[in-house]
Amino acid sequence: MPPSVENAQTIVESDAVAVERTLAGDRDAFRVLVERHSHNVFRLAYRMTGNRPDAEEVVQEAFLRAYQKLGQFAARANFGTWVYRIAANYAIDRMRQRKKEEARKAAPAVHEEGMENDPVALVRDEAPTPERLTHNLELRKHMEIALAALSHSERTAFVMRHWEGCAIEEIAVVLKSSSGAAKNTVFRAVQKLRLALQPFVGKATQARAMGTES
Amino acid sequence: MRHVTEEDLIAYREGVSAERAAIGEHLAMCEECREEFERIEAVLAALDTLPVPNPGDDYGRRVWQQLAPRLPEKRARWWQSWFEPKRLAAFGAVAAMLVVAFLAGHYWKPNQVGPDVATKEQVRERILVVAVGEHLGRSEMMLVELSNAEPKDPSQKRVNITSEQRRAEDLLDENRLYRQTALQAGDTALASILDELERVLLDVAHSPDQVTPAQLEKIRQKIEAGGILFKVRVVGKELQERQNATPAQNNSTKLERNKA
Repeated sequence: MPPSVENAQTIVESDAVAVERTLAGDRDAFRVLVERHSHNVFRLAYRMTGNRPDAEEVVQEAFLRAYQKLGQFAARANFGTWVYRIAANYAIDRMRQRKKEEARKAAPAVHEEGMENDPVALVRDEAPTPERLTHNLELRKHMEIALAALSHSERTAFVMRHWEGCAIEEIAVVLKSSSGAAKNTVFRAVQKLRLALQPFVGKATQARAMGTES
Repeated sequence: MRHVTEEDLIAYREGVSAERAAIGEHLAMCEECREEFERIEAVLAALDTLPVPNPGDDYGRRVWQQLAPRLPEKRARWWQSWFEPKRLAAFGAVAAMLVVAFLAGHYWKPNQVGPDVATKEQVRERILVVAVGEHLGRSEMMLVELSNAEPKDPSQKRVNITSEQRRAEDLLDENRLYRQTALQAGDTALASILDELERVLLDVAHSPDQVTPAQLEKIRQKIEAGGILFKVRVVGKELQERQNATPAQNNSTKLERNKA
């Protein structure tokens, strides 16, 4: 659930105090920032990299870089947004590196992470029939392949806009592009995902209908 | 009728369209565009079911534990913090405690033999027990006062918690020293409680000076959620019992708590 405006304001004020104290030499003040923002940064990193070990590495690196560059952080800015940006940049580097490592493989691996939250379990109503289970697992596999097939910029733009609700200007800073170009990258990502997934989404809908009838 | 392009529909769906109202109106009237929009929506809704694993409630803490040893000291201002009055006061208190422990050990008559005679280490530990007991008492008092804080004037929209914050800052410095001492003494259970207390104190110390009743409620919930007040009371009471117990009993209590 997104924090209320009042809560968000409290967090920003409290972050500013923690940043100030860290800069004054109180290293433990940085702990407050790490504990407060780790979950959000992890979520972003996982959606960008698609696997847990890389996401955890991105979180560590993002906070380390944030600590090292804290002197450059403008006091009036939002620490959460700033560390997010650092994490997104590092995640892009990590994805590039990973792509090189996986260049030999024909298709990207479908990760087993988060099977406990599988889309199959998240479907609210009908009892799962074998058809539905098969189709949902297939759909999940296709979605992961489609996301992995996006370019780094497209995946970053899509994750930041669609899932994290970041402003286009913020995405533009991470992609080092203009706002117009960042907006186009979001369109391109959705178009590619649609092209790759629409046939399977249709099948899943049919499968749902079969599950209801049986 | 001119239909909406796919690009405009995506912009509309993702909330980045400049013509939001016009597209909304068009969708309400045009079935063809509405169907196209629903197809885009279906793909995005399917993507929303992709799970993100929950790294666990203590994830932030784990990240910090791995990160802390990698963080370089901020050297430029490192020395300044050691000369802050509250830190000097905390050092003074611990130094005084060590002097008392040393003197107590030095002047202890060696010809006093028997089961109740304490060694130098036991005297030191007893002094630590007294000091930590007092520290927990002060922490408890501050947290209780913070939990009961209300605006002085009911018409005021914010509550001033500056006094509690200053106390939390002072307690924080003491807490760190006691936690390290407890760790060195092998009392891991006490060190763990002090670690939990430290996080609550950090939160209080880094809150804004003026908070709204809703923000104060959040702080209260945080204090209650971890059950820190209860834990502090239990350990405080146990330390009081340890003050009155024999050294042999103390050792067995410590071992039992560490096992637990």
